[in-house]
Amino acid sequence: MNSILKPGPNTGAAQAIPITLTINGEVRHLTVEPWTSLLDLLRDELDLTGTKKGCDHGQCGACTVLIDDRRVNSCLTLAVMKDGASITTVEGLSQGDELHPMQDAFIEHDAFQCGYCTPGQICSAVGLIKEGRAHSAEEIREMMSGNLCRCGCYVNIVTAIEQVIESDGARIKEAAE
Amino acid sequence: MNRFSYARPTDVAEAVREVGSDPSARFIAGGTNLIDLMKYNVERPTRLVDITRLPLTTIDKADGGGLRIGALVPNSDLAYDDQVQARYPLLSDAILAGASPQLRNMASTGGNLLQRTRCLYFYDTATPCNKREPGSGCSAIEGVNRIHAILGTSSKCIATHPSDMCVGLAALNAKVHVAGPSGERVIAMADFHRLPGDQPERDTNLGPQELIVAVELPDEDFSKNYSYLKLRDRLSYAFALVSVAAALKIDGGKIAEARMALGGVAHKPWRDTTAEDMLRGKPAEEASFKPVADHILRDARGFGHNDFKIDLARRAIVRALSQAAAGTPQTQTDKRIK
Ligand SMILES: Cc1cc2nc3c(=O)[nH]c(=O)nc-3n(C[C@H](O)[C@H](O)[C@H](O)COP(=O)(O)OP(=O)(O)OC[C@H]3O[C@@H](n4cnc5c(N)ncnc54)[C@H](O)[C@@H]3O)c2cc1C
Ligand code: SF4
Ligand code: FES
Ligand code: FES
Repeated sequence: MNSILKPGPNTGAAQAIPITLTINGEVRHLTVEPWTSLLDLLRDELDLTGTKKGCDHGQCGACTVLIDDRRVNSCLTLAVMKDGASITTVEGLSQGDELHPMQDAFIEHDAFQCGYCTPGQICSAVGLIKEGRAHSAEEIREMMSGNLCRCGCYVNIVTAIEQVIESDGARIKEAAE
Repeated sequence: MNRFSYARPTDVAEAVREVGSDPSARFIAGGTNLIDLMKYNVERPTRLVDITRLPLTTIDKADGGGLRIGALVPNSDLAYDDQVQARYPLLSDAILAGASPQLRNMASTGGNLLQRTRCLYFYDTATPCNKREPGSGCSAIEGVNRIHAILGTSSKCIATHPSDMCVGLAALNAKVHVAGPSGERVIAMADFHRLPGDQPERDTNLGPQELIVAVELPDEDFSKNYSYLKLRDRLSYAFALVSVAAALKIDGGKIAEARMALGGVAHKPWRDTTAEDMLRGKPAEEASFKPVADHILRDARGFGHNDFKIDLARRAIVRALSQAAAGTPQTQTDKRIK
């Protein structure tokens, strides 16, 4: 039981439930309590701490991961409900030592300062490109509005994403289809 | 968050039975509202019935020519569906004006209808709130009420319904199909959500064990002259202070039919058919819209911090109708209001 989510009154029957998740390509057989969020499962039980907890209420995007290739907020996702799904976190984007083009672009364009929002920004941006609907800086801004950056790195984030859409957008979108 | 047991039914009848097995059981779909509220101990279900495996995930032609949208269709899939974009662009725009791409990927059609108010006191279990705890009082009426309602309020509650999607559905005369222990029934959108009255704890007329199975859009064409205008504190990822869904049918420069619903101003999407009737036969131009805006707001009442909403709503109505008349709907990307 993780200590961050203090349990409220014990009103229901506790039961741990077996589930199977594919996480960054690896099949994992896990047992979860139904109230465990996907975010807490990743961070506290699987030690995948790349995914960040900002608000824990769907308001910041720091916890963004891809579930079956779609970007979602893992803080508002119960792990038990995703039985059978395939999860990609920031740890799963690179191919061995080769960074994902989005990771390269964030570095090249200095698209972060403290870095806390960055894993969520990058996963969200990868999701955005898989969706294939952003064709201008304006559209990138709107479709990345679910990821807040307290350091205000928005300008460079948009530039980094624009670059990847130009260079790799078609390939990434195709791979998602 | 309290502890709870978990069920994952695979058909509608079983889901309805499951939720009936425990008086404080709840359905869960996208989880974006329920889990949030559970983390604040506002909702404390002892059993969650996960409905995401029910076969309610498709958008199909309805008998009668409209569209039938399964309750589990995610908000993003609904907004980007080809048929919805072609025939009901007002609904697409309303959905895309709300939340974020991640949340829209998770949020379901049924869950969006049943999302609860964002009143800060409702969320804060340390303060009185008639909606959360009937009879405890309303903290907002004399408290911080900038985001609260100006129409249809009661002395018990002045909360708003926060959905954008529902404002579009109300303007489009949608119907909600529900299944319960005694079979299926259909509820018109206008009758689905309630005004607070003496029972602010009841947001809707859905029974406790009833499951939303689908939303139906009628076979009507408002795809040319429409606009969803949403005004808020930042350009994206914020709830509406005021929003307007406007749709017109125009014949030879005159309005043949008008539809309008307002968000952010009441406990339900605010639809006033007497205002729509006033527009029939009038020229589709700004001079026709001002009296209608005044008419819709004739009984509006502010509570201090939200007084500004009355004027804001008046102007938003005129602007949205003008955008609709001109065939230049508010874009949901570039939020500048033209
Ligand atoms: C940070 C943030 C910002 C947001 N901004 C906006 C915004 O700007 N505009 C907007 O419109 N919305 C906004 N939302 C709200 C979002 O749209 C809703 O949370 C979402 O639509 C709820 O759908 P869900 O499937 O996740 O519901 P859930 O959380 O799964 O369920 C909500 C409620 O509905 C019940 N329920 C769900 N499905 C059914 C069904 N089929 N039958 C019966 N009962 C059911 C559940 O029991 C629960 O009580 C925002 C949310 C967040 C967290
Ligand atoms: S406005 Fe309604 S929801 Fe808000 S405190 Fe008053 S009773 Fe509660
Ligand atoms: S931690 Fe999930 S949105 Fe902020
Ligand atoms: S880099 Fe610091 S919050 Fe974004």
